[in-house]
Amino acid sequence: MSLRDGPFQDLRVPLTWTAAVAVIVAGIVGVALLLNDRRETAQLQVYGATKSVVDTVATPVGKVVAAPVRWTSEGVGGLQDYFFAIDENRRLRQELADMRRLQDETIQLRNTNARLRSILGLSVDPPLPMTAAQIITDSRGPFANSRLADAGTGQGVSVGNPVMSERGLVGRVVGVTRGASRVLLLTDVSSRTPVLMDRTNARAILTGDGGAHPKLSFLRGVDPVKVGDRVLTSGDGGVFPRGLPVGVAVQGLDGTWRVKLDSDDAPIDYVRILLFRSFDQVIDQKALSNAAAPPPLAPADAAAISAQAQATPAEPPKGKPIAAKPAAAKTAPKTAHAKPPAASTAPKAARNAPKATP
Amino acid sequence: MTLLRAARPLHPWAWLVAPALICMALTIVFAAPLRVLGLALPEPVFGLVLAFAWPIIRPSILAPFVLLAFGLLTDLYWGSPTGLWGVSLLVAYACVLSVRGLMQGQSWLVSWMWFATITAAAMATAYFLSILSSLNTPNLIATAWQFLATAVLYPFAGRLIERFEDADVRFR
Repeated sequence: MSLRDGPFQDLRVPLTWTAAVAVIVAGIVGVALLLNDRRETAQLQVYGATKSVVDTVATPVGKVVAAPVRWTSEGVGGLQDYFFAIDENRRLRQELADMRRLQDETIQLRNTNARLRSILGLSVDPPLPMTAAQIITDSRGPFANSRLADAGTGQGVSVGNPVMSERGLVGRVVGVTRGASRVLLLTDVSSRTPVLMDRTNARAILTGDGGAHPKLSFLRGVDPVKVGDRVLTSGDGGVFPRGLPVGVAVQGLDGTWRVKLDSDDAPIDYVRILLFRSFDQVIDQKALSNAAAPPPLAPADAAAISAQAQATPAEPPKGKPIAAKPAAAKTAPKTAHAKPPAASTAPKAARNAPKATP
Repeated sequence: MTLLRAARPLHPWAWLVAPALICMALTIVFAAPLRVLGLALPEPVFGLVLAFAWPIIRPSILAPFVLLAFGLLTDLYWGSPTGLWGVSLLVAYACVLSVRGLMQGQSWLVSWMWFATITAAAMATAYFLSILSSLNTPNLIATAWQFLATAVLYPFAGRLIERFEDADVRFR
């Protein structure tokens, strides 16, 4: 028996007003969810169970939808290859000639580089492991630019991993489940990426705005960038490794500097996820915060420092406060037990770094 | 009893759940990673068809919650901040609910203009919520493209209204 068939069948409520109340209640729920959302952080735990479940379910669904799309795309690609074969052949010949010249330069530079490194004793970064993934969904609106890739924790992917196409940087992983990962694109309105200009070494923050060409913000210096400058990741903040190709600097109609992304020229169906661990993930923040204090000075050393400080009382203070303040020498053993400033500030900097850079 | 059943042809499955499922399916299809000649598929907000049509058909207690669920699923599928489209669709629904008397019985062209206006209101809401969420202004050209891609969906909303607006004569 339904409600209308029972004793409440004559009950009448003003439905328009009731609907308005329902809108308000639903709106409050929506605003509460919006206030709780924090997708721009690099922390795994904020991604949320709901998002993980949706990504897990969306992966097979998206694969089914993407399959005919991929076949169509391949068919269209085949037709394009057929009709534009001559043009492409000419372009490839020109490209090959350029590449041969670059290959000679690369061999020479690699040789010089190796010799200089061995002379200076520099340690180089180890090669980054990576995993390939297929793109399942692609959202492109002004308020969200993200993709779902079919590689997750099972393949070693973790939050913060950079994602590249054949040509350049695409974005970074912001959420990961067992078989899928959510990639925040460089063009997303909440994306921030530290970059540098290859020509001038000038730093900037690549800021997405939902358009095709993200902006270069916080550019410093006189003429730090020109049209056509190569833009690379700077590695500042430790989220991305240094030197990943991002794109080419262009100037927008409004005069702002933007970047034409290299990844736009490549197909979007497959990506490479670099299994790079950011500085924030590598360091053990707890161990760093609880670092053991340096051992106290031996009495003889403390006396020597005190004597040195007393011998030069008139010198202006330069650098070390111990020379400017002789009394500090007497308390040196006591202060040595205090938490060293470097140890106490380092974790704070490490915590701040990923927040500033994503 | 038979008369009562005949007087209630507006079943929630027919006018709420089924259209919402169709719109969700279209949202999934249009999120496919396809580029032809470097051009991507448009990304219209199919939920605005529902947010426009449902309050014109009749006020409902269930519709706002279905719309919120639709918006949340859209956010989760697109990867946008959770609640962005839920709230924006509800703003559109509330706007239509408040002036539904003006919108009913209008010509096709006028209704289309109303739909474009409501779409603009929802997009403006999403725009400002996005500014608050990311502390960054979304690209106006990209927003305008999404507005255009959504505004051309009016025929679907008009068809939904035509199909169900006479179903419950108490709200005409």
